[in-house]
Amino acid sequence: MTLLAVERMKLFSTRSPWWCTAIALAITIGFGALMSGTSNAASPMNVAATQFGYTFGLVVVMVMAALAITTEYRFSTIRATFLAVPNRPTALLAKTAVVAILAGIVGELCAFGSWGISKLIKSSADLGIDTAYEWRAVAGVGLVYAIAAVIAVGVGVLVRHSAGAIALLLIYTNLVEGLVTLIPTIGPKIHRWLPFNMSNAFITGDADITTRPINEGPPPAEAGLGPWPALLYFAAFAVVVLVIAITTAKRRDA
Amino acid sequence: MIEAVGLTKRYGKTLAVDNLSFSVPTGRVTGFLGPNGAGKSTTMRMILGLDTPTGGSALIDGKRYRDLHQPLRTVGALLDAKWVHPNRSARAHLQWMAKSNKLPARRVDEVLEIVGLTAVAGKRAGGFSLGMSQRLGIAAALLGDPQVLLFDEPVNGLDPEGILWIRKFMHRLADEGRTVFVSSHLLSEMALTAQELVVIGRGKLISQSSTEDFVAQATENTVRVRSPQLAVLRGALGRLGANLRDEGENLVVSGMDCADIGELAAREGVVLHELSPQRGSLEEAFMQLTGDSVEYHTELTDGQTPATLVPAGK
Repeated sequence: MTLLAVERMKLFSTRSPWWCTAIALAITIGFGALMSGTSNAASPMNVAATQFGYTFGLVVVMVMAALAITTEYRFSTIRATFLAVPNRPTALLAKTAVVAILAGIVGELCAFGSWGISKLIKSSADLGIDTAYEWRAVAGVGLVYAIAAVIAVGVGVLVRHSAGAIALLLIYTNLVEGLVTLIPTIGPKIHRWLPFNMSNAFITGDADITTRPINEGPPPAEAGLGPWPALLYFAAFAVVVLVIAITTAKRRDA
Repeated sequence: MIEAVGLTKRYGKTLAVDNLSFSVPTGRVTGFLGPNGAGKSTTMRMILGLDTPTGGSALIDGKRYRDLHQPLRTVGALLDAKWVHPNRSARAHLQWMAKSNKLPARRVDEVLEIVGLTAVAGKRAGGFSLGMSQRLGIAAALLGDPQVLLFDEPVNGLDPEGILWIRKFMHRLADEGRTVFVSSHLLSEMALTAQELVVIGRGKLISQSSTEDFVAQATENTVRVRSPQLAVLRGALGRLGANLRDEGENLVVSGMDCADIGELAAREGVVLHELSPQRGSLEEAFMQLTGDSVEYHTELTDGQTPATLVPAGK
């Protein structure tokens, strides 16, 4: 518990988490407003469509998480940390936990903020969160952000440089997973099992067609698993990255 | 008590620290002396568990650093004053450190007071001068009121006022009975600060002794004599087996002290114009001892003889 408090103090005595939180909120809620503002009778607003901007917020949250650890390497405060807490796995786990909790809270604020602003703008639309699908689409964003933050911290520990870690995360999530589908025949099959596609399957998978036409809101992911197993798969991937990162940090000279 | 036994660190083909064994006695200031690149910082990082030794071990009061419970209460260290997030305030930096070892929050204000940073405690550490950063680093080292303190080149880059402050501070810490291990590449600085010296070059131990012994051993003590009747005195000194060397108008005598030479001159009825003890320069002695072990030699092209230089700065 002490170490969680320590990492909380460290995180909030710098500026980047505040900036990143503000940017993530602005982008996602902005997209929610845009979607509801431009919706019309032909394509009515629905709960899934309010979350159109969640992937953009996800990128910002991963940048925040990566910065939380790479700035420690950049300014060598990681050494001060390891002097104060020589048990490196514990220190790094505490940091990961604090960053993931913040990412989760930011995710919920983004999701319910987007949903709220849509409700304000289009009070006539059916935006009640009723079905399991609708709950996952909104409340699930926090879970995905939290797990993605764990991955980002892990990558940050391994790469240690802010620019390198962020570039790796952005290129992978925005380009690599999408480009894999271009590989003939096997590409789409591999894509079904890639981690961020899995996380998307949790938010958009098993669409409840009775509540809306399928072509509105984010397109459902083509993933190899149903929503909850997909989330577990994504979480397992995060755990693997984190374990590799912590094992490396333990052996490496600080 | 810090004890290094066979400490070795290898980076690829380079042997940074080579089978280094020494001990730092309790309650004294021990200087850790060596040219730049001798392996001082690497050794300190291994003592503090930041770097893993390739071989050997370093123990603090019989324990590895990594095995210490709440280590800031046992060991305080200042390896680099810039190990602070520039946008974090001095107080915030100390607060998280205090919290991590369950130290009371008021201890933060106490150490800020000790190093004289109370007035700027809320300012971002990135805006601090080197002297102020160094003070913040010392405040961090003192947080847990530790009995063992390690400082890596604490006076490097400081102005004379800062150097004096650090020097006095080291003495104060030793007077309080703490064990202080401080590294430097400046022997003159260590001669003023340290009671014990561990000298290394190229990762190997050169000597461990008291500073006094090291200086006496390393520097030649001579007496300079000036006299209008030098020829007479020269003969008398020669008969007593003293080593004589001409230095312009003067005679430099080694192997006899001022009192002996003065008495001899009186017996011989020789008038003396000067009789003064000379000390070899500490820097020269240090260069002689560590000269072979300086990592990067510089050849001066304008002189006939190649000279070995200790590069200045870190």
